[in-house]
Amino acid sequence: MADVDAGRSNGDGITLRGLRKTYRSPGGPVEAVRDVNAHVEVGELVALLGPNGAGKSTTVDMLLGLQEPDDGTVDVFGGPPQRAVVAGRIGAMLQGGGVLRDLTVRELLAMMAAVYPAPLDVDETLQLARLDELADRRTERLSGGESQRLRFAVALVSDPDLLVLDEPTVGMDVESRHAFWTTVRELSEAGKTFLFATHYLEEADEYADRVLLMAHGRIVADGPPHEVKAIVGARTIRATLPGVPAERLAGLPGVTRAERRGDTVVLACSDSDAALRALLSTQPLAHDIEVRGAGLEEAFLQLTGVEEEVAA
Amino acid sequence: MSHTLDYARYELRRTFRNRRLYILSFAFPLALYYAIAAPNRGEHSIGGTGIAAPVYFMVGLTAFGAMNAVVGCGARIAAERAVGWNRQLRLTPLPTRTYFWVKVLTAYVMALATIALLYAAGATLGVRLAAGDWLRMTALILIGLAPFAAIGILFGHLMTPDSIGPAVGGTVAFFALLGGVWFPVTGGAMHKVAEALPSYWLVQADHVGLGGAGWGTKGWVVVAVWTVACAMLARRAYERDTKRV
Repeated sequence: MADVDAGRSNGDGITLRGLRKTYRSPGGPVEAVRDVNAHVEVGELVALLGPNGAGKSTTVDMLLGLQEPDDGTVDVFGGPPQRAVVAGRIGAMLQGGGVLRDLTVRELLAMMAAVYPAPLDVDETLQLARLDELADRRTERLSGGESQRLRFAVALVSDPDLLVLDEPTVGMDVESRHAFWTTVRELSEAGKTFLFATHYLEEADEYADRVLLMAHGRIVADGPPHEVKAIVGARTIRATLPGVPAERLAGLPGVTRAERRGDTVVLACSDSDAALRALLSTQPLAHDIEVRGAGLEEAFLQLTGVEEEVAA
Repeated sequence: MSHTLDYARYELRRTFRNRRLYILSFAFPLALYYAIAAPNRGEHSIGGTGIAAPVYFMVGLTAFGAMNAVVGCGARIAAERAVGWNRQLRLTPLPTRTYFWVKVLTAYVMALATIALLYAAGATLGVRLAAGDWLRMTALILIGLAPFAAIGILFGHLMTPDSIGPAVGGTVAFFALLGGVWFPVTGGAMHKVAEALPSYWLVQADHVGLGGAGWGTKGWVVVAVWTVACAMLARRAYERDTKRV
């Protein structure tokens, strides 16, 4: 009954099927996205994680219809993205985007509201993005965190069903960030669908229902944050150990990957007990040793690293 | 559609808040007009054209200011692109066509303000025309600006905010000089070149006072060809411009 209107039908959420995109570059073709498959249910809050060059932004562009895939299909609420865009059902904060100048915050939102068929009330949008007090300020006088909030408001003003947020909290202070995620949570519970890309891995860990981890143009893990951590298993050992090449440590039993950060080495482990014994016996100079459960960051390093070896 | 009008209203408000355009489109042409035309106000047929200096330079500097207004519209597009705003707009139902027309509309409103200002200045130097001539002259100027509006949009989608300032200034200076803004273009070869430029016909709008239609077939053809060519290039530039900048 609720889905009688085709323009407002939810179809089957969002589906990316066999997406591929290759760019030409001076150094030869670059496969930015190779065979991405993913599905997002209506009302889900999904994080898209990946290092620079993983293909996140290209995937987001194709999802939004800003770029045509070389191959594969994008389905947003039962149709192509352009249809959802025209119906005002997609709101987005694009990466590195700014805002239009020479208008006040309220004027910019009113201007954007004017192009949508069924926008939110501008005052309500201001409240949701916590911009009430800045409503009459010119957009060019906002701080970095304030313009992020304005961009969030621009994404919300159409009252969209899907929000795509690329690095949404960059430049926000801790308090704004917390307030931002509280609003996102509330909107998510009210039935809106969210896909956000972020480098703040703890945010994905803390707020996402599900994590899509991208590396080298593919999705290398897809599941709840705890599952993504479980896939890469276990723990990480950190130790201060100058002068020993990371490659040598990578060969220790139980170690899947070793990385050097200054005087510190970070060992991602499949068996941290074996790795720790081996480290202590072969490297007596190692000190300030820490063993930790893998945060998403370690899961991230490990998965994207494994993929690198496969690709090489 | 009232929604589109709302959108256009805010776009206009933005345009008039940008003080930099005031200098190029209002202050500069106005100051130059008085500097050039006032000392020559007794000249009744400048360069043998049969047109009095105050009228000639009034239209010339109107053309100059209005060209700055419409080509300068590109600088705002370039600035919007630089912050990714064109990509944001593609995620709205706003049709490309509407986006273009609103840009052209704001450019023209700016140009109309320039025209009104320079006409008033002309009146202070004794320019008197029949009401019909004022109207026909204005119509010709507005039509003659069409290719420049397209050039503004084209530049806006090809250039960065850093490079577009000199490009707009240089382009307008070039068209103004060869079009006869500063002095009538008469000499043989130079005149042939000038006649192929739309800015020449902008300045020729002052011929309405001589009783003729103003342009003649040649003028209409030149303006039409430039308009179509520049509009096609502008459209292509916009369509290729989906990438991040």
